[in-house]
This record gives sequence, C-alpha cells and structure tokens, in this order.
Amino acid sequence: MSGYSITEPSRGQKRLAGALVILYAVITLLPLLWIVATGFKSPSDAISYPPKLVFEPTMEGYVNLFTTRTRVTPETLAELPPPDTWYDAIVRKYDMVIAGPSRYGERFLNSVIIGFGSTFLSVFLGTIAAYAFSRFKVPLKDDLLFFILSTRMMPPIAVAIPIFLMYRELGLNDTHLGMIFLYTAVNLSLSVWLLKGFIDEIPIEYEEAALIDGYTRFQAFRKVVLPQAATGIASTAIFCLIFAWNEYAFAVLLTSGTAQTAPPFIPTIIGIGGQDWPAVAAGATLFLAPVLVFTILLRKHLLRGITFGAVRK
Amino acid sequence: MAEVSLSGITRRFGDTLALDDVSLTVPDGAFVVLLGPTGAGKTTALRMVSGLDRPDAGEVHIGGRPVGGLTPAQRDVAMVFQQYSLYPHLTVRENLEFPLKSPLLRTPRAEIDRKVAEVAGMLQIAHKLDNRATNLSGGEMQRVSIGRALVRRPSVYLMDEPLSSLDAKLRADLRVELKKIQADFGATLIYVTHDQVEAMTMATHVGVLDQGRLLQFGAPREVYENPVSIQAAARLGQPRINLLPADLFGDAPPRAATIGLRPEQIEQGAGADSTVVRVERLGDQTRLHLIYRDHALVTVTDPHTPLGPGDLVPIRPRQPFYFDAAGARVA
Repeated sequence: MSGYSITEPSRGQKRLAGALVILYAVITLLPLLWIVATGFKSPSDAISYPPKLVFEPTMEGYVNLFTTRTRVTPETLAELPPPDTWYDAIVRKYDMVIAGPSRYGERFLNSVIIGFGSTFLSVFLGTIAAYAFSRFKVPLKDDLLFFILSTRMMPPIAVAIPIFLMYRELGLNDTHLGMIFLYTAVNLSLSVWLLKGFIDEIPIEYEEAALIDGYTRFQAFRKVVLPQAATGIASTAIFCLIFAWNEYAFAVLLTSGTAQTAPPFIPTIIGIGGQDWPAVAAGATLFLAPVLVFTILLRKHLLRGITFGAVRK
Repeated sequence: MAEVSLSGITRRFGDTLALDDVSLTVPDGAFVVLLGPTGAGKTTALRMVSGLDRPDAGEVHIGGRPVGGLTPAQRDVAMVFQQYSLYPHLTVRENLEFPLKSPLLRTPRAEIDRKVAEVAGMLQIAHKLDNRATNLSGGEMQRVSIGRALVRRPSVYLMDEPLSSLDAKLRADLRVELKKIQADFGATLIYVTHDQVEAMTMATHVGVLDQGRLLQFGAPREVYENPVSIQAAARLGQPRINLLPADLFGDAPPRAATIGLRPEQIEQGAGADSTVVRVERLGDQTRLHLIYRDHALVTVTDPHTPLGPGDLVPIRPRQPFYFDAAGARVA
C-alpha cells in the first residue's frame, strides 16, 4: 500500500495545482503584458489587425508621452541642423519637432504627492483611532464604529456633487490638499477597521509589561504596539495607496490643472495628434510602477508570525 | 526596598467582587506569598499594588507613600507576569535590557551589559541571549520574564505564578534561587501562587485569599498550625485536612460543627477501629485511605506499612481543630 496522508498532497496533485496557478497568473497578467507591449509599439503596429505578437520595439510611445510636438513642412525640416538627440530623431520621422515637455511629469508628481500624502494621513489617523477603539472605553464605541463603517456603504462618487460644491466654497477645488483630504476621508473607515483588527490581536499584556518597566502609555504604544502592528500598518497602507492612486472619478471632477493626477490625464494624451495608443500605454505602464515598488518594499512586513507566541494563552 | 500596605481594598468587576475589603501590611524585606484557589483575587491584589488596576475603595501605600494617583512606572515596581509577556519583536537580550533603558532609569551601557550578563547567568539563559523571545521553550520564556524583573532594584517585586510552567527540577532550583536573591537584596516581594509548597518553602508571610477576602495573614507555620477557618486550613497541607462532623469522635466543644484533622492529628493504634480502603504509595509519602463510621478520611503512614485493604486500624484525634457551622475556628 502506498503512503497516504490527508495533509500532504501527492506529486500529481501538486503538479496540477501548480499548473492551475500558473494558468491563472498568465490569464490575469495578459492585459498587463498587452499594455507594456503596446507601449513599445509604433502607432501602426498598435492598431494592426490581427494584433502583432512580434514587432520591432520603438521608444516612440514614451517620447510622445513626455513631449509636445509641432508639425513642420518638409522644407523647414530640411533646413534644420541634424537632430542631436535620439528622441529628436524619432520625432522628425513624422515631420515634427519637439516643442517642449508634456504635462505627464507634473501629473505623475501630483499623483505621488496626493497618493502617498493621503495614504500617510489615513494610516496615521487610522492607527491612533484604532488603538483608542481597541484599548480604551470609548462612549458609544460600537455605534461610532458602525458609523465609520457606514461611510463605505455607498459608492463615494454618490456624494460627488455636495463635495464639489463644498470644495468650491472652501477653495479646495483643484488643490493637492483638497485631494489628500478627500482620499483620506474615503480611506479612513477601511483603515480604522483593518487596523483595529490587527491591534485587537496584540495582547494588552505587552503594554502592561512596558508600563511596569518604566515607560509611559505613549512610549509603550510606540515601542511595543507599533512594531507589532507593522504587518497591519503595511497592508493597510498598500490598500489605501491602491485606492488613492487609481481613483479616477473624483480626480476628473475636482481637478483640472494644478492638482490633476495621472489617471484623468492619461486618456487625454490620446487626443493630441491622432489616436496615440502607444503613448497611452506608456503612460499606463509607468503609472503602475510606484504601487508595485511600494508593495515590494513592504512585503517583508506582510509576512505574519512575529507577533505570536510570547504570551501564554 | 519598601514596606507595602493595602488598606480596605475593594474591587468589583461587574457583579463579581474580586477583592472585598482587603487590608494587609507587607513589611520591608518580607517575602509574602498570596495563596488561594483560582478566582480568589490574588492576581487582582498584585495589580492593585502595581498600578495596572485601581481599587474602587481603599488605599495602597508603598514605602509609606500613598500611590493611588501614580502610574506603574512612578510606583517603581517590577512584575513577573503569569503569561510571560515577553516582547515578541525583541531578542532575549533586548527584553532584559528593556526596563534598564526606560526613560526612568536610563542606565549606562556598561551597567546594562553587566546586569544582563549577571541575571542571564543566574537564570541559565546566557546561551539564549540573542534568540528571539518567541524562539524559546515555555520554561525559558518564564525565566526571561523573571530576569526582566530581576535586572532592576525596584521598591517591590511582584510575581504572578512565576514558576508555574517550569518542570519540577527547575522549579525546585528556582525556588531556592529566588529565595536567596530576595534575602540577598533584602527585597520586598509579593508572590502569587496556588502551590502550597512554594508558599511553605519561600514565604516569610502567607496571605490566604478566598473569594476576594483575606482569610488569614501570618507566618507559614502559624497559618498551618493555627488556621482561623476551614478555608484557611484547607489551603495548606498534603494530603488535605480531613473535615468531619464534630461529634464523630465523641465530645466536641460547644458550637463546633466540624472537626478538622490533619494527618499528624490522627493518632494510629489507639481509639476506635477504622477500615483501610486503599494504601497509596507516592514514594516520599504513603497515604492511607480509611473509612471511619461511614466517613472517608486520608492520613499518612509508615512507608513500610504492612497494612492492606480491609485491615482494621484504630484511630483517634490528637489536638484537633474545631470549626463552627460558618467555618470559623472555635477550638
């Protein structure tokens, strides 16, 4: 009789599971691969049918993403000195010259400021609120927690018009601060609830031990609770960033110039000089990077386990 | 080191009275063991002294100073928790250093290293100093948790069943070690346990708690030999004191409802016959289970006793305790 165990899958089962996981990964990553590939295609390759799987990569999309260009007559072009940079050369193939940088850099920076700013604020406020809800006798605690959660029960965009009017009166329209506040307000309920769960898991005995060891309540929070809540703080931060980073509807409604983020800007690229899919794809590809990098940087905190085992249950 | 006194401490948790008007004075340098069953209020009493919990009524003094409004840090107490409570994100060394590095003490580096090495050696955890606190056995965690208290010289040490999860040998070693440390430092130590061996061997004073009330407070021998009530008598002694109807052996003092007989208060070889039910050989002790006039009782006998089930042994009480119907001692 061959060995049989309930917990240990057989080799065949493991292979099947592995194959399924890989298949799933390929399916979900396919659109992403498509975007990345399109970014390196020429405009004609990007819209060819059937789609080209093998193509000659070009930086045209990225050049178009970061520049504004003007069309010139072939005569003028001929009179110009030879191009001194590789991107100049690419542009001239289409009878155009570079007029200046595009707005993409600014919009990207706006996204970084607003995304990370609101994430920091959500997690900071969420952590202290969650600690208070977890440890102190707060009057009407359950009602307050439900109230906080209830702000999530409708789609945020449902309150777009009142927020638009409020922001206009307060002068927060199209400002970084306004967008940071807005995304913080939307994320805060998630942040408080997630973090309360994590902090509830940290036995209060650790803080008591720190109080006895000569620390104040706040020092105990900083030295004992925060390090153990790192997992929760990291995962909450990632969730908050993903929402703030990708948010489109409010960004379209409330920003147009100074504080416009990348999501409403990227589609506008398409209108500049024909349907420039490679530039849009290039913009989307670069836009993916920060969340990816942020998640990779925090991934070691996402592993659970360090907080368990030193208090006897 | 300091004297600790509790006066009229009462603490309720909802409907349960965890401590009911408890007053006691722990003299400077005393080793006080609070003894009692689960739920008697032992841990609550410790928490009152530590400042982790506040009484509903009554006052705590440490070193003659009322500490009611002070935080645990300001009270200058060290505590060993029953659940260890080692900081899981720190190593053993960092755990031991933690109290020394507190804003209150701010110990110089060299001093920290010296004290940590000293305590680690004493508790036999020197080889584990760079382990994570979570990467230890239960016994090691408990020793680290004791060590975290011993690196300091607070006005009072509080220990909540610190030896409960150690194996028998280590427990015996640490009993001796703790007693020695306490004597060397001249430390005031309040120690909670339900293990009467710990109480008898280490304590200068024993406080017997039951259902939130302090039943008796005194030297261990005094509590053993002169209990004030049935509950206090039942806390000490192996095997437990036998509690029988007062008139079972003949005349009893007025108001007595119960006679209490420890094994040494049962004289064998004289009096009326009892029947042996079982002989229990524990190694260091041989117990005799007897039936006397339809009542079961347990006593201790000679290890080489020839007695077996069914044999008859005459017994009679020798200087027994008598208790009234409410359990209070009458004679």
